[in-house]
Amino acid sequence: MMNLVLRRLVLFIPMWIAVSVLSFVIVHATPGDPAASFVGQDAGAASLDVAHRRLGLDRPYMEQLYHWVAGSLTGDLGQSYFLGRSVATAILERLPVTFSLGMLALLVGAVVGIPLGTVAALSPNSWKDASTIGVSLTFLSVPEFVVGMLLIYVLGVELRWFPIGRYAPLSDGVGLWLHHLALPALALGLSQSALIARMTRASLLQVLGADYIRTARAKGLPEKIVIGRHAFRNAIITIVTVIGLSLALLLSGAFITEALFQLPGIGSLGVSAVLRRDYPVIQGLLLVSSSFILIVNILVDIVYGLLNPTISDR
Amino acid sequence: MASTVRTVFKTSGRSFRRRHLNVLLLGGGSLFIVILATLILLPSFLPLNPNALDYAEILTGPSEAHRLGTDALGRDLLARVVYGGHNSLLIGVSVMAVTAVAGTVIGLCAGTTPWLDGPLMRIMDVMMAFPALLLALAILAALGNTAFNVVLALSLVYIPRTARIVRGEALVLSKMPYVEAAEALGASRLRILLLHILPGAIPALVVQETFLFAYAILGEAGLSFVGLGLQPPNPSWGNILGEARASFQQASWLVIYPGMALALTVLSLNLLGDGLGQFIDPKRRAR
Repeated sequence: MMNLVLRRLVLFIPMWIAVSVLSFVIVHATPGDPAASFVGQDAGAASLDVAHRRLGLDRPYMEQLYHWVAGSLTGDLGQSYFLGRSVATAILERLPVTFSLGMLALLVGAVVGIPLGTVAALSPNSWKDASTIGVSLTFLSVPEFVVGMLLIYVLGVELRWFPIGRYAPLSDGVGLWLHHLALPALALGLSQSALIARMTRASLLQVLGADYIRTARAKGLPEKIVIGRHAFRNAIITIVTVIGLSLALLLSGAFITEALFQLPGIGSLGVSAVLRRDYPVIQGLLLVSSSFILIVNILVDIVYGLLNPTISDR
Repeated sequence: MASTVRTVFKTSGRSFRRRHLNVLLLGGGSLFIVILATLILLPSFLPLNPNALDYAEILTGPSEAHRLGTDALGRDLLARVVYGGHNSLLIGVSVMAVTAVAGTVIGLCAGTTPWLDGPLMRIMDVMMAFPALLLALAILAALGNTAFNVVLALSLVYIPRTARIVRGEALVLSKMPYVEAAEALGASRLRILLLHILPGAIPALVVQETFLFAYAILGEAGLSFVGLGLQPPNPSWGNILGEARASFQQASWLVIYPGMALALTVLSLNLLGDGLGQFIDPKRRAR
């Protein structure tokens, strides 16, 4: 077990440096002048020069790259062009919003997805199964912003049940927080629920075909215990993995959902940074979000190893 | 006796499953063909102009003159959804073609050349560590948002996913006896790659690219929705919805019709992908 953890951690460092380098390379691939977005379209050559020096863009490419990677190791992600603060501060300030939204969406996904998938797997090839597949495929096919707009229209504008375009932090009380986040979390969570339902169904079906399930049934255990204790506990390994891996998808969805619902999270920070060409913020967000995904992947591996010790022998 | 019972059960189970898979395949396929035919044929039956402004008809609901209503500039929504569909599908097809070619080349190289496998796949891993949409957004922010760059950005995002699948297939296939036989007979590497390994990887590739078509359409819609994909007035399903953000609270049709076109197209492709997957490998369940 320790071995597995160590090996994953050792692999993490070169991956992280590669991700950091790539974040820099993508943003600096711009054929234009990054400083142009900083000083404005019709700035003269003199003010561009000043901006170059201030932003460190006059130094050689490799030196800038080294400066970025070394800085990012110590948590220094540079200064935003427009926000008047460091990129790290801007991201940290907005992290709780995205975290709240992501967790609630995941909750929606699990609460809808796991029962759906279980019902389908317990009666394969029945009408229940077919309708579950239909429902989950539909959820997968409607983009979160279309779901979001429909929710805003029906529940926010027509019925006025939910506030739109505002956010309440958890410190204002759980009720208020939930009230403001319910619609975006639902919009973002439905496609998650589809993924989770499909995976729950597939892994439960696989487990239910195993010999030890037949043994459990043969020795007369009640179906409740066969499913709950024997089958589900093993199927949950795959489900946890999928939930972990789907966090990347969740993060992508959060960008659009936050932009639509005007939530002050890192998603809307990213969208406005991209629209304003605030390159340091884009670069910082690339690094932070990919580091998050790398870490989640490691955690998934470790949890997988804990739940299923035979994996760590490999 | 027991074995007969099991055989009967098995065959009946399989035949049921096969009917089941045909429903997915036929349903998805025919839905997609209907959508495609509508998008292609409608302009020759109706005079549709996606950019004609009609200031007398701003944000009016579906009517005789504008069957799906009009948007905030008085443009005909039906025309915009139809021509937006052309653009969305065109971008989807282009991304599919680019990822199929690039992903196959990378996957085949990695899967059959041990010294290339590690480096190539680590690069793919690093690219896959970025959230898809953010990576595409960042590439567009750097390169500028033209239709060409939208295809480029989405392709870069999805190439690793294709390469992984093809590599997996190539790894298995290159160990097959018939490939070893071809090697023993002195067939060239290129011949083995193109004639013996590539054909075996194509079924998995076709399934993957069907899903990828759907992801690419969704991806373009997401990028255009936040204003970084195809630029208005050139319509795409994503930017029609994005432009509707300001006015959909008074005009629900601006969300419902383009949203439905987008969702039905993606649904048809998802069904088709599932159906193809089961058609090729009946033992595989719906993922």
